[in-house]
Amino acid sequence: MSERQSTHQPGRVVPVGLASAMRPTPPPLGPPPVQPNGRESHGRAARPRLASRRPTLHALAEAAIRVLAFSSIAAVILIFVFIAKEAWPLFHDSAIWKEVTLAKMWFAQQWPGYDAPEYIWQPVSEVPKYAVWPLVVGTLKVTLIAMLVAVPLGVGTALFVSQYAGRRLREIIKPTVELLAGIPSVVLGFFALMVMATWLQHALGLDSRLNALVAGVALSFAIIPVVFTVSEEAFGAVPRSYVEASTALGAARWQTIVRVVIPAAGPGVAAGIALGLGRAVGETMIVLMASGNAAILSASPADSVRTVSATIAAELAEVVFGGAHYSVLFFLGVLLFAFTLATNLLGEFAIGRMKRRLGGLA
Amino acid sequence: MQKTHTESTEKQTRGRGILSPATRGLAIVAALLAPLAAAAGEVTVKGSDTMVILGQRWAEEYMRAHPSATIQVTGGGSGTGISALINGTTDVCQASRPMSAAEKEKLRDRYATVGVEIPVARDGLSVYVNASNPLGEITMDQLKLIFTGKVTNWKELGGPDAKIVVYSRENSSGTYVFFKEHVLKNADYTVRAQSMPGTAAVVNAVAKEKYGIGYGGAAYAKGIKVLKVKKDAESPAIAADELHVKDGSYPLSRPLFFYLRNKPTGDVGDFVAWVLSAPGQAIVTKVGYYPLK
Repeated sequence: MSERQSTHQPGRVVPVGLASAMRPTPPPLGPPPVQPNGRESHGRAARPRLASRRPTLHALAEAAIRVLAFSSIAAVILIFVFIAKEAWPLFHDSAIWKEVTLAKMWFAQQWPGYDAPEYIWQPVSEVPKYAVWPLVVGTLKVTLIAMLVAVPLGVGTALFVSQYAGRRLREIIKPTVELLAGIPSVVLGFFALMVMATWLQHALGLDSRLNALVAGVALSFAIIPVVFTVSEEAFGAVPRSYVEASTALGAARWQTIVRVVIPAAGPGVAAGIALGLGRAVGETMIVLMASGNAAILSASPADSVRTVSATIAAELAEVVFGGAHYSVLFFLGVLLFAFTLATNLLGEFAIGRMKRRLGGLA
Repeated sequence: MQKTHTESTEKQTRGRGILSPATRGLAIVAALLAPLAAAAGEVTVKGSDTMVILGQRWAEEYMRAHPSATIQVTGGGSGTGISALINGTTDVCQASRPMSAAEKEKLRDRYATVGVEIPVARDGLSVYVNASNPLGEITMDQLKLIFTGKVTNWKELGGPDAKIVVYSRENSSGTYVFFKEHVLKNADYTVRAQSMPGTAAVVNAVAKEKYGIGYGGAAYAKGIKVLKVKKDAESPAIAADELHVKDGSYPLSRPLFFYLRNKPTGDVGDFVAWVLSAPGQAIVTKVGYYPLK
């Protein structure tokens, strides 16, 4: 992450190529040393031997690392191509259009037996119904709740650990929060299903045990470590000189933190939030177990939701290859991919703007 | 040098390491190939979550009685099992619903056979409510109204004034399809029906939800109350017990099936024959379902 590199060394941000160009070239070797017995040393052999070994080895190493880097890019592209290929029949296959079309997926349909046009997701039925909006809204609801809980907790904890906590407290809190990241998501989902759902229902008097709120809170447990780790690094990378300068000018501790530290760490914290958002949207097991999986289109967090990822996980095992249901599920996969890509790009754009705006600070 | 070493070893250490290198090598190769040989005789069973525990008990007992056999049982839902049968990734499919015409068609396209259907047990699909629910019985029509979302409050059924929380199964489940066909008469489930991944999850949810209702196989009914079902308002309320399931008077009795691509032969055939025999059917009762006879 180049952003993290820059926040680590603000004021010394120099693109790598330029940095190497700035390094002085080594002086040429002098005349070969004369040995005491008068013979010349291997001077003439030594220089070409060293000089010729460096370029090939370095070139090889660079080529190998370049291949590795491009293979990750290639993997991402190939995954997207595979998923899009399986979803492609939705756009051109007339046999699939008999069952579902893009219009039917995105607009409310009047189905037989219903009073008004509605968005219904019920693919296994005499008349299969594939409305996508309940799934998208469900995903957004759960993600929003998770971010609302995780961001204040994660950033707040990071702020406390980096600015207020003594060393011993820091050494206790930091590993404990990072331990949260080690809990498998299926365990978090199970905990939410068995314990948290009942507790929240008694505490808030909700109708239904499994709902967006439970799933969102459980999801936030998975996101807090991500946001915390990146934010804590960002706060830690703010140079002491800034804090000292601010204190020297007479600012109180909290004024320094609010006016100097937080803005300086802004890009890093934003990067952490973007990472957390990407994780929240794609998380499957927690929502599969704790959200109730009912494709309800509503704004209330007390209603059960069905997310895109849980739908794919629950239904893909059963579909027949190449059918309408199959293509729709892969289309949902493309949607998820596109959404994550969009949030990442937006995050990068926002971080870039933030860095430029902070200008003198970062 | 090897020969003398072996000879001297043989002479010196009788009863310990007396195999020649050649024999030792053969033994190692045989040990490595043994799992492959076992895999060759392995039977895969996939499908119904309703039947997965039954399948596992059968597999355990059968493997205890026939140590050379290996049976592998997975769940995933009847739909998953039937798909696996069509895709060729399983020998036996467990299903709590019959194969549809479309599925048989796909099987015929791939394997030139409509498959073999073998009923192996009977189940009384049970309606679960929370243990504290005052209701004791329910009609088929009321069930349909609840699960299609037309009735949303328990007071409409004579219960407390509270919203009904409906628990259903994922659409890969045979139980989901069976319930939809026989109770909802092919109408849609209500949008508010929460999809649980398995029958045990439904039971768990209903046990914890005071105003919940759900459905699932008879064997899983622990910790909740099972409602008696009336065909209509005038009929008697029938419980899902052995007598009524076997004679079909319980409105939601259903057969549980094995589906195979071809007539069972070899290892698969032995297993299926054992399942249909007395020891296999005894396990059906032990697990909580009802035997064929």
